[in-house]
Parts: sequence; C-alpha cells; structure tokens
Amino acid sequence: MLATLNAPISENSLQVVYEYPESLSPVVTHYCPGCTHGIAHRLLAEALDELGLREKTILVAPVGCSVFAYQYFETDGCEAAHGRAPAMATGLKRVQPDKTVVTYQGDGDLVSIGAAEILHAAARGENITTIFINNAIYGMTGGQMAPTTLPGQKTTSSPFGRNTTMTGNPIRMSELLANMDGSAYIVRRSLHDVKNIRKAKKAIITALKVQMAGLGFSMVELLSSCPTNWSIQPEKALEWIEDNMVPYFPLGDYKVRDEVNGL
Amino acid sequence: MAKELLKGNVAIAEAALRAGLEAYFGYPITPQTELLEHLSKRMIQLNRVFLQAESEVASINMVYGAASAGVRTMTSSSSPGISLMQEGFSYIAASDVPCVVVDIMRGGPGLGNIQPSQGDYFQVTRSAGHGDYHPIVLAPASVQEAIDFTVLAFDLADKYRHLVMIAADGQIGQMMEPAELPPMRPIRTERPEWALTGAKGREKNIVTSLFMQPEEEEAFNQKIQARLKIIRKNEQRWYEYLTEDADLLVIGFGTAGRIAYSAVEAAREKGLKVGLLRPQTLWPFPEDRLSELADRIRGCLVVEMNAGQMIDDVRLAISGQVPVNFYGRMGGMIPMPDDILTAIEETLTRLYSAAGLPI
Amino acid sequence: MHQSFLLAGFGGQGVMFAGQLLAYAAMDEGLEVTWIPSYGPEMRGGTAHCYVVISDKKIGSPIVNNPDVVLAFNNPSFTKYEPIVAKGGLLASNASLITEQSRREDITYLPVPATDIADEIGNLRLMNVVMLGAVVTAHAVLPLDSIKRALEGHLPAHRRDMLPDNYTALERGAAFANALFPVK
Repeated sequence: MLATLNAPISENSLQVVYEYPESLSPVVTHYCPGCTHGIAHRLLAEALDELGLREKTILVAPVGCSVFAYQYFETDGCEAAHGRAPAMATGLKRVQPDKTVVTYQGDGDLVSIGAAEILHAAARGENITTIFINNAIYGMTGGQMAPTTLPGQKTTSSPFGRNTTMTGNPIRMSELLANMDGSAYIVRRSLHDVKNIRKAKKAIITALKVQMAGLGFSMVELLSSCPTNWSIQPEKALEWIEDNMVPYFPLGDYKVRDEVNGL
Repeated sequence: MAKELLKGNVAIAEAALRAGLEAYFGYPITPQTELLEHLSKRMIQLNRVFLQAESEVASINMVYGAASAGVRTMTSSSSPGISLMQEGFSYIAASDVPCVVVDIMRGGPGLGNIQPSQGDYFQVTRSAGHGDYHPIVLAPASVQEAIDFTVLAFDLADKYRHLVMIAADGQIGQMMEPAELPPMRPIRTERPEWALTGAKGREKNIVTSLFMQPEEEEAFNQKIQARLKIIRKNEQRWYEYLTEDADLLVIGFGTAGRIAYSAVEAAREKGLKVGLLRPQTLWPFPEDRLSELADRIRGCLVVEMNAGQMIDDVRLAISGQVPVNFYGRMGGMIPMPDDILTAIEETLTRLYSAAGLPI
Repeated sequence: MHQSFLLAGFGGQGVMFAGQLLAYAAMDEGLEVTWIPSYGPEMRGGTAHCYVVISDKKIGSPIVNNPDVVLAFNNPSFTKYEPIVAKGGLLASNASLITEQSRREDITYLPVPATDIADEIGNLRLMNVVMLGAVVTAHAVLPLDSIKRALEGHLPAHRRDMLPDNYTALERGAAFANALFPVK
C-alpha cells in the first residue's frame, strides 16, 4: 500500500475526481455551519455544469436564508420579493423561453407567503425549475414556525411546540403540486446522507432536463437541516431529518409525467 | 394615420403594443378590463407575451421578471389592484429596471366602487411602495393624450431605467373620442447590457434590491435621488389655457382638469379673468411653472376628484404666495362644469373683496 | 355648436351602439365628439346610459348636467331624465314602451312608436336606429346620411346582412319625425 502511494506519479495517470463547479462562485457563503444549503447549492451547480447550462441560466433567489443565493452562482441572477420568485421567473422565462430559469426557495417563501404564486406556476405548467428547501423552520428571521414545522416542534414562535389545533397542520407541498395538471416532475429528496444526496442530484438533473425539453413545471423538494434554529448539533440535525421529517414528508416521486422517463 | 373613435382603455393597450410592448401581465378589474382584453387578443396575434396572472401581486412580479430580462413590459389595473402592487413597485424601483404601469383609478377607499376617481394621487406620486423614491407619473385628460403618454411612458422608462405610471381615471378609460394611433414600432431586438439574458461570454448580471450594508444602501439611495433630480428638472409637463391675464388659476389634472376647462370657458364668457393649469405629469409636478404663475395671479382653485391630494403639491409650489381654494368630489362622483363655475365665482369674490376690489 | 345627448334604456336595447353611431357620424363630419357609457357590474338587463357630446370646439366635460337631447328607451329612463333635459331641449321617447305622461312645458317631446316600427320592419332590435333616425331629423345636428355612413362603416361584420333593414329603420324614424315636425 505504502509502496503504491510513494510511487512516482506520472502526468498521464492523474485523473480529475473532484473539481470546483464552474457554476458555483468561488466565495465563502454566509450559511451556518452544518446547514445543508451549501450541499443544495453545490448539487445545483454541478447539475448546471453537467448539462452545460451555466451561460443560459437565470437564478431567482427568494427571501429567506438563501436570499443571497444569486451571489453564490456564476449565472445571471436576481432577488425576488418574498414568495414571488415563481412570478418573477414566469416573467423572465416567458420573454426568453430558450433560457433556463430556476427558482431557489425555502419553506416560508414557497409554502407560506408564496403559496399562490407556486401553485399557479405549477398549474400553468410554467416551464421553470424550482429547488424547494424544506427545513421546517424560518431560518433568516431566527427560527419561527414555518408552514412545514412539524406537529409538536418547538420554535421561537411556537415555544410550547406546534399545536396543530391552534396553528393548523404542516403542508406537504410536493403532494399538492403533483395534483396540478401543469406539473411535469415533482419529487421529494433529502440531504441527510450521501446516498440521498446522490439521489437529490440526479433529481435536480432530471428537473432541469424537463425544463430543457419544455415539458412543464418541475420541482425538487429537498429536506434540509437547520442546526442553528433547531438548536442541535449538525450531525444530530441530519439524524433529525431522517427520524422526524422523512416520516412526515415521505421521500419519493410524486409526479413523473411519462415523457420524463424518456429524458 | 386617420383618426378613429377609440375607447381610452383600448387606445392605451394599442398604443403600448405599437410602442414595442413585448410582454403584458395583468388581472381583470373594472374599469380597466378592456385594456387587458384588447391585449389578450392582439399580443397573441403578434406572437408576443400575454398572461393573465393569478393576482395583481403576481402580475407586477411577472413584470419585474420580464423587465429584468430587458424587454418593454407593462401591467394595468385599477386602484385596489394598484394597492396590491405596491410591493412590486418598490422592488422594481430599487432594481433600476424600466417598466410601465397603468392605473385606471376608481372610487375608494376599500373596494369602493367602479366609478371614476382620482383618489390614487398619493399612492402613485408619494413613493408607490416603501422607500424613498417617486415613479414618473403621467396624467392624460383625453384619449389622444392617453395614447401619446403611453408611448412617452415607455421612452421615459427606458431613458431613466425607472418605473413610469399612467394615472388615468375610469372616465378616461371608458370614454371614446376620435384619436390617432402612432405607427407600429418594431420590437427592439437588442437587450440592454444589464439585462438577465444568461452570462454567456460576460460577467454575470445581477438584478437585486438588497444592500445589506447601510453605507451601500445609502449610496444606492443617493443614486436614485440624483436621477430623480434630473427627472424633476427635465420632465415637468403641463397644459395651460388663458393664464396670461388670469386673476384666478384653476388647477386640475386628468378628467377634473378637462371639466375645469369647460368651467374656465364658461367663466371667460362671463368676463371673469380665469385661467387653467392642467398638470400632465403628477410626478414631477409642474412646480416651476406654477411658482412663476403664482407671481401674477391672485389665487388658485384646485379641482380634484378626491378630498384634496394634489393640493399639497400646489401649496408646496405656491409656497404661501397666494390663497389656495379647493373644490372636490369623492367616491366616484364627477364634478360638473356648473359646480366648478360656482366655485370659481365664489373664490374670485373672496379674492377681490380681500383686495378691496370691485367684483 | 355644442350639443349634448343622453341615451338611456335597458341593457340590450342598443343604447350604447346608438350613441356610438352618433359619435362616429360626428367624427366623420369632422366635429369634436365624446362618447361615455355608464358602466356597472350588471352585464344585461339593468339600466344603461351613455352621453354623447358633439361640438365644433374642443370638448371639456363629456358629461353634462342638462343634456340638450335625451333619448329614453324605457319608462325608468323617461322618469329619471325628463327633469334634467336642458330648457328648450328635446326628449325623444320610445312611445311603444313608455307609458309615462309628459310633465314639462319648456321642452319638446318626440314620442316615437319605435318598437312598433321596428316590429313592422321585422326586427325588434332596430328600435334604437328608428329612434336615432327620428332624433337627427327633429334636431338637425347631423345629416341623416352621416348616420347611414356610420352604420355602413361600423355595423359589426356578423350583422352586415342587416344593413338594408337598418337603413329602413333610420328612414322610418326620420319619416315619423318629419310627419310630427314638418321641416321646411
């Protein structure tokens, strides 16, 4: 083993096994340690690279923790008003259908204040791709209850645990949007371990291909962690996703239109 | 081109299209709906973008997206819908993207009614959303002006990379008058260098209204203020009638302004020295001209279809030089020339007797 | 010359179109004109009205307190607008439907059995054109021919087969008014 490692390396035997994605800006993000936004960003950047889409992509950032997302991608980008990313993306895409338009939205942005915009974008079959980060909490404002906060989950605005009698129940958005005739590809993945991260990347690639093929609305929901606002250690946060979020938000393919399988 | 008998809403829609409108997003609301309906047909015929959005909130954000792509884009609505768009206006203004918004004003507050009103003066001129800025606001008083100002609106929006609003009321929207449409301009094929078109062979472009550092935000605000200063200097527009020897200046915009025109004519027939100033831009308000006129008139009568909103700008421009009187109707009521004439006579009587002059 | 018209009736009686015909005719005669409708949430059946102002000078207000001419197509319109006709003005009414009695001495009344005439021509919907024919004859602001040209130019494409009947309606209305107020 040692002998192999110490053997002289010839130029020809070098293989690139890791590279910084071209679509990802070489900057330090503002995300907290252990937050999975970084992973989601990386997956999206790799997917854009692999499909050769960087130069034709426009990223629409939301309001929430990923409000600066446009700073982290080497693509054109913009910052939408809270919840309005699908509407802004609609404007961008309708006037230049040859471009790839991606919204990147959190649960507060997409499920709460932007519920109407995402629902109608899906219903219209708007040919855009949405990356939906579901971490069951409002991160940027400091850990308040989100529309996807689990029953009993403590947040800074549900300090006794989410009481569903009082606050209603979490919304399963992938299931809801899959019911829209205009949606072409709606799946839920998770970022809590390597196996699932690989599946997530595959799904993002498929979603972008759906857009490239003009099939309609595509969304990849990613169950994500927020160790800071969940007040747990990063590795425990990954376990928390698996133990608590996955049972409530089952992973799977909620809408895969027939044409998608041929991509 | 020959004159046609055109309805205000349809005329604005057709003029926008001929000015190179590439993408329209809107939501039905009376009394502007014919505008949306006309474009739903014409834009599709011309293979351009027309989309009926799920709300005014969505419409304006779709406009924000299309404007970010550097195309000529527009939405239209009426007062309650304009209220809903305030958030979008503010983001658009803070992102330096040009677009045009048409407000066919109706009675309010609240759901109000669908009759003509000018109750949106504050909301369209005083920022239109949060933050420090003013949109450019054009106020047509006839179908022909509605057409001309629509074309002008797109040019001003592009020139200043700024939000331009057309504030008309239900009467302008619903009225038919003979008017001439402009020739069809070709769609602009080139996109501005700041537009979001994909970072191909160039640095990436960003459209954002987010400046987390207060120093940066202040610098951006200073940039907007510098631009507004230039607009304020260059773009004041108004219509003036018989002001030369006027003792009393009647001031009104849009429908109130054109009805005041009838009242001024009637007053002149009675030998009264009355003139008219009809602001065509509400922001920038024609303050320079008004300030000049204030030097030689005895007083003003402001006529509005609201409780008195533009009167604030009149008072600022006149700066206490002469008394300012007000006649207004609210709730969708339209002032009649006879009523304005009575207000003119009363105001003149008061002015002359205060000056010890015979009436 | 400055003449204001108020046309009023039930939605569906052709109030708006009759007003537009006046406006088109005035425009084609090179005059200034405004047409403005009442507009409300009810699409059919409610009362509707429109104002038309015709002038040889720039028009300020498209709405007037006291129209020179009122065309009332139904009872409610007659009752509502009779009091506001300008002194010395004309109130033309569809006498086939309007049973209200006249109450003023200072205006001219022109009761036209317009629905009956339209029925004789074979189409009840021509009532508005019969009224128009009578009004432009009794109140000579525009030549009858200009209304004819407006019909020719602006009758919707799918109604063009009705053009001859429209001319007949116009002429029958004019003949009725002539018989009532012989001109020259």
